[in-house]
Amino acid sequence: MIKALFFYLFAILSVSSAAMVIIARNPVHAVLFLILTFFNAAGLFILLGAEFLAMLLIIVYVGAVAVLFLFVVMMLDVDFAELKAGFIKNAPVGALIGGVVLLELAALFLVYGFDVGVGGNVQTAMPSTGSGIDNTTALGRVIYTKYVYFFQAAGLVLLVAMIGAIVLTLRHKEGVKRQSVAEQVARSPKTAIEVVEVAPGNAVLPSTEGPK
Amino acid sequence: MEIGLGHYLTVAACLFTLGIFGIFLNRKNVIVILMSVELMLLAVNINLVAFSFYLQDLTGQVFALFVLTVAAAEAAIGLAIIVVYFRNRGSIDVDQINMMKG
Repeated sequence: MIKALFFYLFAILSVSSAAMVIIARNPVHAVLFLILTFFNAAGLFILLGAEFLAMLLIIVYVGAVAVLFLFVVMMLDVDFAELKAGFIKNAPVGALIGGVVLLELAALFLVYGFDVGVGGNVQTAMPSTGSGIDNTTALGRVIYTKYVYFFQAAGLVLLVAMIGAIVLTLRHKEGVKRQSVAEQVARSPKTAIEVVEVAPGNAVLPSTEGPK
Repeated sequence: MEIGLGHYLTVAACLFTLGIFGIFLNRKNVIVILMSVELMLLAVNINLVAFSFYLQDLTGQVFALFVLTVAAAEAAIGLAIIVVYFRNRGSIDVDQINMMKG
């Protein structure tokens, strides 16, 4: 009973905040509603016994992706009011296509039903509740054995994304002085000091009065 | 009242449809389009985790993990492209993106 209550709480909140994401006028509000959606989806994951993924959702999505969105929205000086111009004009076609997709999904569910039977994969079976193995341990046992190559590939995807984002956004401004460590280390007295022969009585002393 | 697989699939279907609707509703604003794509990926993740629970099979959760990875990478690259595009053009209007030369 309490589970059903929480399910409806999380479900209604996540769907309504997802609706707010797409209709919010202010993109900062949209990002904040997106964060609310992710939190509620994490609640749904916990109800489904996937605690590790729920925490991952909060850490990765809320901690990294949503903050990145917020950062970009705030950094770019975009006239968002102008971008909202075609809002009403595009609504009917969007509603049409969204409705068609929803009908397709509903038809799929109605034809095949919700009864999925029992999974037969023993190798990746979920530990029973009384076995004392929590979700994170069970997931780790599967990821690092059966799916280890996929796990490595996921790491590679993240590496490529990181390098790509850096390469895309890094720029060298002209006229900015930077430290070159190699140049500093390579200095020797021969290149750094210049001995000037000064004729007697001709020395030009630095001014002691300071700048005028 | 028992919460079954159908309940979760319905929530995921609603989120997915909202994502599609958002893409059409905000056709000019790339940032909101990216957010809609994130919503759709979240709906897929809910589907995967729900099936994983009701089939008592961890593979769904592993796959959701990889979807999460790809979604994070996609958001990072997409936002980087938006930043570069804004630097070059001073706008992020989708209708004006007809030039892809650096």
